[in-house]
Amino acid sequence: MNLDAHLGVHAQALKLRSQRMQLLASNLANADTPGYRARDIDFRSAMAAAGQSEQASLQRTHQRHLPAGNVQAEAPVLQYRTPLAPALDGNTVDVQLEQAAFAQNTVRYQATLQFLNSKLRGLMNAITGQ
Amino acid sequence: MSSFNVFDIAGSALSAQSVRLNATASNLANADSVSGDPNAVYRARHPVFAAVKAGLESTLGAGVAVQGIVESQLAPNARHEPGNPLADADGYVYSPNVNAVEEMVDMISASRAYQNNVEVMNTAKEMLLATLRLGQ
Repeated sequence: MNLDAHLGVHAQALKLRSQRMQLLASNLANADTPGYRARDIDFRSAMAAAGQSEQASLQRTHQRHLPAGNVQAEAPVLQYRTPLAPALDGNTVDVQLEQAAFAQNTVRYQATLQFLNSKLRGLMNAITGQ
Repeated sequence: MSSFNVFDIAGSALSAQSVRLNATASNLANADSVSGDPNAVYRARHPVFAAVKAGLESTLGAGVAVQGIVESQLAPNARHEPGNPLADADGYVYSPNVNAVEEMVDMISASRAYQNNVEVMNTAKEMLLATLRLGQ
């Protein structure tokens, strides 16, 4: 049985969520930086890209090469947020919007963690036979 | 690991905002430091923020750095106070070009931004701790 297949999309979702947390944190950190433009990822397309790159595999040109089953998903495509009311100094961070996105991302991260946790608990139950 | 970059990013914002708070405190403290020489009088200082890449390994996210402190170029306010021991030959003293209202607004903005980033750090910490407990 393939452990990666058992965990499904949740492992990748967790990684994307943590990358998005980083992006939203830098948007909030640069709320007062002149000329800074808020960025985010489109979660749906990033998730689809991560799913595709999972199927790609590396070809071995020598029998002593280690097999690479899963190719690391590349960094998601960053997009610029469309500002509702850009500041005169060119900053496009809307703090309230970023805070809301950060909270939403956190809750979804925890939901993904719950999914992973129950999958792992199911495996543990199968292993210990209880 | 990339998740720990959040602490670098939020941490850089904390230090940048505290520089801003320090500049505000200095401006407000010196709002009444008069001088007889318009070139020697205290000038309001403000930090200039710039976005910087948080770490070499990641292309995501950017922290904040204080690029420098600029002094306000507004002319100092001249007051006619012949009785002041610091007054120049014409009886004028010069007070700093600090705008107290502007400084208070700046202080509140810096303090809110600081709190915001502390919150980001706390949330990120909780998320990572929950991830460490995965499978237990």
